[in-house]
Amino acid sequence: MHELSLMNNLLTDAIAAANGAPLRALKVRVGPLSGVVIESLQFAFDALTPGTPAEGARLDIEETAPLFHCPHCQTSYTTPVGNYQCPACLATDGELRGGCELDLISIEVPDHV
Amino acid sequence: MCDHCGCGHPHDHSHEHNHNHDHSHEHSHNHGDGHDHDHAHAPSEPMRTIDVRKSAMAQNQRHADQNRGWFRAKGLTAFNLLSSPGAGKTALLEATLKHLLPHAAAIVGDLQTENDAIRLRASGAQAVQITTGATCHLDAHMVLHALEKITTDGLKFLFIENVGNLVCPASYDLGEHRRVVLLSVTEGEDKPLKYPVIFHHADLVLITKCDLAEAVGFQREDALKNIRQVAPRAKILELSVKTGAGMDAWFAWLAG
Repeated sequence: MHELSLMNNLLTDAIAAANGAPLRALKVRVGPLSGVVIESLQFAFDALTPGTPAEGARLDIEETAPLFHCPHCQTSYTTPVGNYQCPACLATDGELRGGCELDLISIEVPDHV
Repeated sequence: MCDHCGCGHPHDHSHEHNHNHDHSHEHSHNHGDGHDHDHAHAPSEPMRTIDVRKSAMAQNQRHADQNRGWFRAKGLTAFNLLSSPGAGKTALLEATLKHLLPHAAAIVGDLQTENDAIRLRASGAQAVQITTGATCHLDAHMVLHALEKITTDGLKFLFIENVGNLVCPASYDLGEHRRVVLLSVTEGEDKPLKYPVIFHHADLVLITKCDLAEAVGFQREDALKNIRQVAPRAKILELSVKTGAGMDAWFAWLAG
């Protein structure tokens, strides 16, 4: 359950960015190789937000796929977790370029605040 | 306050936000269960999107970079050892520290007890215990503080034995040079497929307890195939701390 401390980091950043405004939504990007379980992230969000400016906000999670670059044929490709073969030349030693992220992308606040 | 990171040691998870929000929540319904947020906060309420683009790992990354700088300044190579509980990390370290004396030290993470550090100190090497309480992994900040207790004279190798767990520790860069994931033959050949993330990030996968392979019917070829599938860039070594088989290749890898 390291998702609790990670969600705490995301919420701290979100509340700081809102600068006193109530949060209506958080958009979070989760890479499949980040080691984060999305259900646990949602659970942590629900547990941590009451009594904060993020209470009642929506958590929008955008899942990405692992992104690789093949050093042999220079193809960039995405794959499911656990199958990292280059679709063009079938090499299996692609270089990981994305899929480990856990990023707060943006927040939504009421326009009038 | 800590000299390195300005934290109020031991934890710097301070919340700058104040909880006395004087903005009013128009909704009076109960958010106790946290589910079903399909209510509209006044459907016509105009919204403003603020770009943030900040990683939840940013703080850990800063501390990991500090650790990396420290390792560089001291001329150390650092290894992060990861596995499920009972895969043989401590036994491997006992033999490894003894072999590398006086050039190796260990930092060891567990939820409770100093047992592993005491066990490792018997090898004659320095060992610093981190007890994480309820936390299921080591993070770079915990390691940063453990480093304060290490005497670096003559030291070349630092081993960080992570909390036994194949999930959470995968997310945390500790500043290490190399990541080693252990898989013992008693765990089953398909473990890499079940926990692909931690294996994917490995520089080396060590198959341990090979002396038990026959007794437990370990399917070696299946295990190798599964590791290669999820960790195509990792090197694979097989060893038994008990019999000493494969230990030379492990020591050679450490030195390389």
